[in-house]
Amino acid sequence: MFSRAYRAAITLPPLLWVVLFLLIPYGLLFCYSFWSVSPAQTIVHSWTLDNYRELFRVNVYLQTLFRSMWIAGRVMIFSLLLGYPLAYYLSFYAGPRKDLFYQLVIIPLWVSYLVRAYAWKTILGSDGVLNTLLQYVHLTKHPLEFLLYSPFAVVLTLTHIYTPFAVLPIYAALEHIPRNLVEASHDLGASPLQTFWRVIFPLSIPGVLAGATFAFVLSLGDFLAPLLLGGPSGIMISNIVVSLFGAAYNWPLGAAISLCMLILVVSLLFLSEKLENKWSFR
Amino acid sequence: MATSTEPVVTSAKAGLQPLLAIRNVAKSFGKNPVLRDISLQIAEGEFLTILGESGSGKTTLLRIIAGFESANSGEILMEGERLDVLPPYRRRVNTVFQHYALFPHLSVEENVGYGLRVAKLPKDEIAVRVTDALAMVKMASFARSKPAKISGGQQQRIALARALVNRPRLLLLDEPLSALDANLRRQMQVELKSLQREVGISFVFVTHDQEEAMVMSDRIALLRMGELEQVASPREIYSHPATAYTAQFIGHTNLLRGEIKSGIVRCNSLWWRVGLPEGPALFSLRPENIRIVPPATGNSDINVVSLRGKIQHQAFHGATELLQIVCDDGLTLSLRTATRENRQGDVQLEFSPADAVPVRESPERG
Amino acid sequence: MELPMSAVRDTSRWLPWHAIVVFGFLYLPIVTLIVYSFNGSGVGGFPPHNLTLDWYRMLFADDAIWESVVNSLIVALAAMAISLTFGIPAALALDRANFPGKALFRRLVLLPLILPGIITGLSLLMLFRAADVKLSLLTIVLGHGTALISVATTEVFAGLQKLDRAQEEASLDLGANYWQTFWRVTIPNLRLSIIGAALLIFTLSMDEIAVSFFLIGRDNTLPLEIWGRLRRGITPEINAISSIIFIFSLIAIVSWYRLRMNAEKQGIAV
Repeated sequence: MFSRAYRAAITLPPLLWVVLFLLIPYGLLFCYSFWSVSPAQTIVHSWTLDNYRELFRVNVYLQTLFRSMWIAGRVMIFSLLLGYPLAYYLSFYAGPRKDLFYQLVIIPLWVSYLVRAYAWKTILGSDGVLNTLLQYVHLTKHPLEFLLYSPFAVVLTLTHIYTPFAVLPIYAALEHIPRNLVEASHDLGASPLQTFWRVIFPLSIPGVLAGATFAFVLSLGDFLAPLLLGGPSGIMISNIVVSLFGAAYNWPLGAAISLCMLILVVSLLFLSEKLENKWSFR
Repeated sequence: MATSTEPVVTSAKAGLQPLLAIRNVAKSFGKNPVLRDISLQIAEGEFLTILGESGSGKTTLLRIIAGFESANSGEILMEGERLDVLPPYRRRVNTVFQHYALFPHLSVEENVGYGLRVAKLPKDEIAVRVTDALAMVKMASFARSKPAKISGGQQQRIALARALVNRPRLLLLDEPLSALDANLRRQMQVELKSLQREVGISFVFVTHDQEEAMVMSDRIALLRMGELEQVASPREIYSHPATAYTAQFIGHTNLLRGEIKSGIVRCNSLWWRVGLPEGPALFSLRPENIRIVPPATGNSDINVVSLRGKIQHQAFHGATELLQIVCDDGLTLSLRTATRENRQGDVQLEFSPADAVPVRESPERG
Repeated sequence: MELPMSAVRDTSRWLPWHAIVVFGFLYLPIVTLIVYSFNGSGVGGFPPHNLTLDWYRMLFADDAIWESVVNSLIVALAAMAISLTFGIPAALALDRANFPGKALFRRLVLLPLILPGIITGLSLLMLFRAADVKLSLLTIVLGHGTALISVATTEVFAGLQKLDRAQEEASLDLGANYWQTFWRVTIPNLRLSIIGAALLIFTLSMDEIAVSFFLIGRDNTLPLEIWGRLRRGITPEINAISSIIFIFSLIAIVSWYRLRMNAEKQGIAV
C-alpha cells in the first residue's frame, strides 16, 4: 500500500541517525579498545591486544567485574521477590483500584534517579534518619556503619530504583493471561495455589525474564550509586571505566572494558529474548 | 383470562431425588437484577438446555452452578447436599467454556490430564483415562500437539475431553458451539447428544439458539430477563407454549388477540368455540397449522375456522416456504406450506380451533 | 476480573500486606526527603524538628541552580524535538517498511533503552572527539536525543498497532496522496501517542545524568549541578530542590497516565 518514496522517507532519516550516533560510536569504541595511550597522554593509533591482556592480567578488573555481577544479581533477585507479588496483587486482586496502584508504581520510576539515590544517602548515613531513629528508640547504641558506603547500600538503593522496572513487564504478562484459564483450572479441581504454579506462573515467565534482564543489566552498568553510596568496597566496573576516562586517563583501556560490557549486555539480551520466545505461547 | 403466574414446569424424568436442585436462586450485579427467584431441578442422565437471549441471565446461572459467581440468595443442592458453599475446585461439576480455555503452555494430552494430575492420581491411570477420553472425542492423534496448532472445532473437542475425563456428576456447557460455522455446528450437535447418551452424565447446555435447543435437549428451560418462562420437553414447549414470548421465541407463530364471551372467542372476523372464562385472550397459532384449501362457499364445518386473504410475500426456505397473507379483515398471518412456484393472489385458508393454543401475556419486567 | 470470593478466602491474605510494604519501600526515601526539606537542623537526625522554609529561600536565591534549570529546559525541549522527529519515522518504518537489516535496525534503535547510560555516553564522547566537536549543551542534546529516540519509537509503535489501517486506505481512496494522508490522518490519530511520548521524553531528559556525565561542557544541566554539590557534601538545599523536582515529575507522569487512560476509554488509538 505504501509507495517507495513514502517508505524511503520514513526509513532513511532514522537509519542515518542510528548509523551516525550508534553504529559509528560503537565502532569507535571497538577501535579505541585496540589502541593505546602514550606516556605523553596522547592516543597511539597502532593496533594491539595489550588492553585485553591487561584486563586478564591485573586482578582488580576481573574482581570488580565479578563483584558487579554479584551486586547486579542480588538486585535482580530482590527486585523480582518484591516486584512479582506486587504485580500479582495488582493484576488479580486490586479490582477497581488497579489503575491507582499502577500509577503509584510508575511514579517512582520517573522521579529522578539522583534524587532517590541521594535520599537513601540521607537515610543510611551515621547521622542519617535511620541511625538516629534506631538510637532514639533505643534499638541500637551506636550508628550502624555498614548501612552506608558499602555494597549493602548499593544493593539497597539499586533494588529501590529497579523494582518498578521489574513490576511493569510482569504486570503486563499477568494481564495478558485470559481469566477463563484461571476459571478452567479451578473448574478442574486445582486450588488457587495450584492454579498459580501450574497455570499463572508459567504463562508469566516472559514478563519475569524481561524484568530480570532490565534489573540485572542496568544495575551492572551503574556508576552513580556506587559513587554516592558504595564507598571503597562498593566500587563497580563502571566506576573503573569512569576513572579511566577521567583522572586515570586511559581511554583505550576504558574502551576495552566498555566493549566487554557491551558484548556482555548484548549477549544477555539475546539469551533473554531466546528464553522469552521459548516461554511465550502465542 | 385468569391464569397463575407460575411458569409451567413439567417434571424431570423419573428419579427419586434430583441430581441438582436449584432453589430460589437470585443474583444482582450492583443494582442490576440478573436472576430473580430461579428454581429448577435436574435429573440424573438428562440433557437440559437453558435457553435465552443475551441478557436473560443464562450464563450467570451456569456460572453460579459452576461456582464462579455466588448467588445473593437461595441455595443449590447436589444429591441433597449444599453445593453453593463449596469453591469451584471442590465441586463434582466440570465446565466446557465458550472459548474453550485450553492451557496454551500445555499439550493436548497435558490439558486433558490436568484435572487428574491435580487430584494426584497415579500416572498410569492418568495415561489410560486420557487416552480413552481422546478416543471418545476422536482426537487421539493430536495428543502431543499444542492448542495453538489445532482448529476451533478440534479445540472444542479437547475442552470436552478435558472436562469429561474427570467423570463429573454434572457437565456444564457454555455456548460451546457458538464459534463454529453452521455445518460443523450441526454435526457437533448430533455428536454431543450421542456422547451424552453414551456417557450417561447430566448435561446442562446454555445457548441462545432455539433450534439447537430443540435438537439436543430432553428438556428446555426458557429464561427471560432473569425468570424461567417455561420448563418442558422440546415437543411440549413447541406445541403447548405457555406464554406469548415462548411461542414467539421458539419457532414462528401467529399471535391472535381476541375477546371471549359465552364460550366463544372472537378475533377480528374470526370466531370459534372455547371452554375458557370470559375476558381478553391471546392465542398462538403455528404457521404450519394453517392450510390452503380450494375456494368454498360459506362456513359449513363447525370444526374449522375459515378465512380468505391475499398473498403478500413469499419467502423460500428450501423444503418449505413461508407465506405472508393479509386477510380481508386486515389481519396479517404467516403460513408455512410445501414449496410451490409463484403463489399469487387470493387464497382460501382454514385452521382447527384446537391448534390455536391459549398463551399468557409476557409482561415487561423492570 | 477478580478471583471469585471463595478463592480469595483461601489464600494470599499476605498479598495486600506485601503490597503495602513494597509501596512503603518505594516511597519512603521520597517522603523523607520532602519532610527533611523543611527541617531546620538540616539533613539527618530524628525526629525532624524546627520547621523552616530557610532551605527553600536559599534555593531561590541560588543563581547557579536556576541557570542549570534553564539549561536543562533548553536541552529537554531540543531533545524532545529530535527524538520525535526521528522516532516517529522509525516507528512507522518498523510498522510498514521492509528493508535489509531491519531486524538489526530495530535492535539498535531500542538498545539505548536498556543499555547502561555509560556505554551510550562514552561511545558518543568518542564520536565527538573524533569529529573534533567541543563538548557543550549541544553534545548533551545529541546524547539525550539518541538515548530517547527509543522512547518515542516504542510509544508511537504501540499507537500504530491500535490505528485502523482502513482509515489511511480510505484517505488514499478519496484522492489524498501519501504526504497528505500522513498529515491529515496518520498524525492526528497518533496525536495521543506523540503527546505521551513528548511528556515522557521531556521528563526523562530533565532527570538524565548518566549520558550527560560524559558529554558535559561548561554549562551544567540541573542533575549535574546537583551532582557536583553532592560530591562536595550534603546541603539541605538539595532536599528542597529534590522535593520540587519530585512534584514536577509527579504532575508530568500522572498527566501522561491520565491521557492514556482517557484515550483508551474513548477507544482512540493511543
